[in-house]
Amino acid sequence: MSSHATTVHHSEAPKGWLRHYIFSLDHKIIGTQYILLGLSAVTIGVILSVIMRIHLAWPNVHIWGFANGVVSPEDYLRVITMHGTLMVFFVLTTVPQSGFGNYFLPIQIGAPDMAFPTINMLSFWVTFLAMIVLVSSAFVPGGSAISGWTSYAPLSAVGVIAGPGQGLGQTLWIVSIALFCGASLMSAINFLGTTIDLRTKGLSLMRMPLTVWGWFITASLALLAFGVLLAACILLLLDRLAMTSFFIPSGDMVSGVLLKHAGGSPLLWQHLFWFFGHPEVYIAILPGMGIISHVLSTFSRKPVFGYKAMVYSLSAIGFLSFMVWGHHMFISGMSPYSGLAFSILTLVIGVPSAIKTFNWLGTLWGARIQFTSAMLFAIGFVSVFVTGGLSGIFLAQPALDLYLHDTYYVIGHFHLIMGVAAIFAMFAATYYWFPKMFGHMMNETLGKIHFWATFVGVYCIFMPMHYLGYAGDPRRYSSIESVHYLFALQPVYKFISIAAFVTATAQLFFYFNFFWSIKHGKPAERNPWRATTLEWSVPTPVPHDNFAGHYPTVYRGPYEYSVPGAADDFVPQDLAPEQVAKA
Amino acid sequence: MPHTSATEELEIIEGRGGAKPPSDAAGDGDGPIGSGSAMPQRIYVTGITVAMAGILMFFMAFVSAFIVRKGVGTDWHAFPLPRILWLNTLILLASSVTMVRAQRLLARGDRRGFGHWWAVTTILGVLFLAGQLIAWRQMVASGFYLATNASSSFFYVLTAAHGLHLLGGIVALLYVGRGKLRRLTFATATEVTSLYWHFMDGLWVFLFLLLLLGR
Repeated sequence: MSSHATTVHHSEAPKGWLRHYIFSLDHKIIGTQYILLGLSAVTIGVILSVIMRIHLAWPNVHIWGFANGVVSPEDYLRVITMHGTLMVFFVLTTVPQSGFGNYFLPIQIGAPDMAFPTINMLSFWVTFLAMIVLVSSAFVPGGSAISGWTSYAPLSAVGVIAGPGQGLGQTLWIVSIALFCGASLMSAINFLGTTIDLRTKGLSLMRMPLTVWGWFITASLALLAFGVLLAACILLLLDRLAMTSFFIPSGDMVSGVLLKHAGGSPLLWQHLFWFFGHPEVYIAILPGMGIISHVLSTFSRKPVFGYKAMVYSLSAIGFLSFMVWGHHMFISGMSPYSGLAFSILTLVIGVPSAIKTFNWLGTLWGARIQFTSAMLFAIGFVSVFVTGGLSGIFLAQPALDLYLHDTYYVIGHFHLIMGVAAIFAMFAATYYWFPKMFGHMMNETLGKIHFWATFVGVYCIFMPMHYLGYAGDPRRYSSIESVHYLFALQPVYKFISIAAFVTATAQLFFYFNFFWSIKHGKPAERNPWRATTLEWSVPTPVPHDNFAGHYPTVYRGPYEYSVPGAADDFVPQDLAPEQVAKA
Repeated sequence: MPHTSATEELEIIEGRGGAKPPSDAAGDGDGPIGSGSAMPQRIYVTGITVAMAGILMFFMAFVSAFIVRKGVGTDWHAFPLPRILWLNTLILLASSVTMVRAQRLLARGDRRGFGHWWAVTTILGVLFLAGQLIAWRQMVASGFYLATNASSSFFYVLTAAHGLHLLGGIVALLYVGRGKLRRLTFATATEVTSLYWHFMDGLWVFLFLLLLLGR
């Protein structure tokens, strides 16, 4: 059998619906599965935030689904825990990296698939199982956990004695996150192996699209961070189920009962958790940074300003992310010297972040910008990234953090920079790659309505939270009605809630646009955005092994727009040099 | 060469690695870059190397927890170190030596000698695990259970986590020893297995020293 025939043989898609769509080994199907999983998680997560906002603004309104319609403080904590866990793990961690990364990384580097397709499938199904376990915890006796997405010990360690939800619900939470860790580790190995070894001829590291750089650095962070969380989850489970004392201190009195555990350290959990947790926020945002750089360049019709600086700053952010976990713990009683060190290191992250921001603005500078929906969300990303980043500089100072810690200021900060920014990157990625994924264009008018409503909406939601924080409003209170010094803030609560309802409703434009366009959108050509990277060189829909055995050769960097002397205003990466000047 | 089994889609990578590169005009180069041309067998070596970094972080999380918990807790009691751990450590070190021996023979083309020493390595691995179970029995006999003290908690956690990872290594040894490989060439499979095995060996020596000196 000749080698050519071999290649063709291997390009055949598996037969049978189950192997093709469910237990698929094709990175594109797996990527789509991740995206759909994230879409279900974000839908539940947004519904939960709407419930929170109804309860916060109008505490006495009865809400369907709760005992007698009354949202008790425990119920409220349950809702925030489920909201945070779903959003951080199953949306922000899953979609930009495992979703879009799985789908487009192999195509952008000219590979037929991920390096380990079976492990890839396994990663998805373990992630899926993790989400089933998490959601099912809402339906067990006592309900789901109440300890927040950070699951601080000893509340998370002592068991049902700490309240409803801290029994089986909390155990299932930990099991779910442990499963998620395993899946993320497998996924990280796949991303790293693929990027290191499966790049096509000519695609040197410094010719990789910034999206690939984003996914690559993110996978490195995931590889080094998720193992730590997995270890922490195992120790926490042992504290709960085997009576060990890793995190439970001596003499801990819970609900009037003196616990038998002795000598454990609740702060140890915080250290382990945040050693994972801080890289985690970059796991959520770095793929977004890559996607945004990519989209900004395409619709500015200009090369990314300072490509190498972008790569180095991305790497620097990834590296520094492992050294700043203590800034989540300034009020834990740590030595002021440790606090100072963590503070300085945290502020240093501002430097590579500022480099990225200036380069994004440099890319836009003097460009004839095409304001597509994808581009609007990319510019919106830069906006919320700057806003959220500036409040981060305040929080990075121990003296200010003493006051602002655990207030709404923090909520405003991390929702803008981690939540909204990453979500904007996902929207940009969806509007940008939809034509390649489904062969149809999304509706641009609906996309722009969606953008402007969302953009104004998120600022109306999260900016006032900074003022609530300055006023000393603590997070996680289910109601401020009976808190004398906070009661005057109730009108702000109502404003935020109304903004949240409007913003949540605006997402219906997106849902409709997304599902309607899959079938009924304007048919897309192969390269509708006139972009340069390899995913636009393959037919739509993309064949089973992406290149049907004919792997491209890459001759240049990824962002050759408006090159003087070229026939078009874009030069694809795989266009042979002698063809560049041809008409 | 390509398989025609029902699992052919598993073999995408081999299709490019086992066979010659695609007959694309650009695909017959052999530069360092270019998956269409270079040996994709190296993905397995890359994969295990990357995986070992992740596993190392997993164990380092336990180790740092060990150090912190010992430092801040006022209730730490040293447990009597089961004496069989010395023997187990020697067995595991010996298994690395026999593995190197097996690979040298393989490099000389002595497949029989390889099989022999590879089997010895596998048996030593199983003996190590059996020895670890005896060490657990010795701990129990001296009254140290999982929850007796944080020191013994860490003993069980570290040995169990290492034992499970080593069990994975034994499965790989058996799989390679059986000789029926699907995606990996024999050379890659032995290289991947030995990298992992030596890593588990070194990791154990580190953990043993931690338990010996740090308990």
